[in-house]
Parts: sequence; C-alpha cells; structure tokens
Amino acid sequence: MDGIRQHFGIHDDALALRSKRNDILASNIANSATPHFKARDIDFEATLAKAMPSGPLTTTNERHVAQPSNMRADRLHYRDPVNPSLDGNTVELAVEQMQFSENVVRYQTSLTFMNRKVSGLLSAIKGE
Amino acid sequence: MSDISNIFDVASRAMSAQMTRLNTVASNIANARSIAGSADEAYKAIKPMFETEYAKHASENGIATVNVREIVTTGREPTKIYMPEHTKADEEGFVWQAAVDVEEEMVEMLEASRQYQNNLEVVSTLRSLMMRTVNMGR
Repeated sequence: MDGIRQHFGIHDDALALRSKRNDILASNIANSATPHFKARDIDFEATLAKAMPSGPLTTTNERHVAQPSNMRADRLHYRDPVNPSLDGNTVELAVEQMQFSENVVRYQTSLTFMNRKVSGLLSAIKGE
Repeated sequence: MSDISNIFDVASRAMSAQMTRLNTVASNIANARSIAGSADEAYKAIKPMFETEYAKHASENGIATVNVREIVTTGREPTKIYMPEHTKADEEGFVWQAAVDVEEEMVEMLEASRQYQNNLEVVSTLRSLMMRTVNMGR
C-alpha cells in the first residue's frame, strides 16, 4: 500500500489540504455579514511543505541559513483587510471569492493528476 | 445545537441566517407606511443580530458559520405627522408613521440576497468537486 501512496506523491496531501482550505474560505464567506468576524486562512505552501517527505532543510555547514523549524505552519492566520470596514469584519467578498475560485481550480488540478495516476496504475494492473 | 462538521452545515446555517435577514426586511418594507396613534404603538424596524458560531475544533479545521443571536428593533424614532383627518390621530391631530427607512431596507435586501447566493455558489462548487473526487479513477 505504501508503494501506491508513494506513487500519488504530493497530490493526496495537496488534495486534503485544498479541501480543508475550501472549508475555511467557505466559513469566511458565510460570515461576510457578521460584525467583528475576522477572516482566516492557512498558508498553503508552508503547510504542504511540512507534509512533504523531504522535510525541513538540514544545515550541514555553519554558514548555511537554517530554516525556522518552530513555525507551526498549519496554524490559521488572520487576513489583513485591504479596506477595513467599520463593523470590524475583515471578510472582503472580492478577496475571498478570488481565493476560493483559485483554490477550487487547484483542487481540480490535483484531482486530475490523481486521476491520471490511478488510470496509469489500472492499466499497469490490467496489462492491456 | 449539533456540531458543525462540514461545508453543508456551514452553508445551510449561513443561508438560514440570511433568510431571517430577508424576512425582517420584508416585514419592515411591508410596514413602512403603516400609521399608529402613538409613538409606542408605531412599528419600528427590526433587524437580526448575527453571531459567529465556531465548530468544536475550529482552531484546527477553521470551520465557522453564522447564526442569528436575536432580533432587535432599531433605534430609529417614528415620524410624527400632522394628519387631523386620520382616524388614529390624537387630540392634537398627530399620527406616527412607522420608523422604517425604505432605502436602507432595499440596500439590506440586495446585500442579503447576494450573500445568500454566494453561499449557494460555494456549496454547488464544492459539491461538484466532491462528486469528481468520488468518481476518481473511473
């Protein structure tokens, strides 16, 4: 099973993370009219980098710049509003909708890669 | 109430909150021109107070939706109008018109319906993604 999982590479982690981010962005959109609600998001690249098998960069020489390892990448960040609104709500529909549509497209991309890999495996199994 | 576990919970509650908002707008517009015999009896515009409801593990999964905490009356005062021929006029000939700003309600209505649509759009997008994921490898 490990082999098949390895065959999918980064895409299964990416898919799970994209799905999580979709939930967060949907929560932001749902709260677009709630006073004092602060829009949140995750740093996708940093969180995915943590899930990658290579892990953080190791320093083998004292002159190497160490990567900060105590950073909890899967933490939710608060969004910095472009135009702060009076009621303390930091959800900006334009921003959220753009992020959401980008995330959906990237989810579909990962899904397409997964699909290709699955059909590749299937044709290897069938041997046709 | 039960915990919010997925996107459908988020969107359904957000949509019902926006629906409540649309209901209050409809009530306000319906009563906009109604007239009463005193300031206390006059209709005052009502408005829902929205409140964020976080999922149990919101710090991990970031899921939050919105609920209507309560419905409050706005602080606007009814308009005092001199209308001695009206049956509800007091001894000085004044009546009170409902404290509703129709323009404000129209803006509120547009915003609520847009946000309702946004939530619906999110659900339909994510649902099609889910369907594609279910059909993966076929």
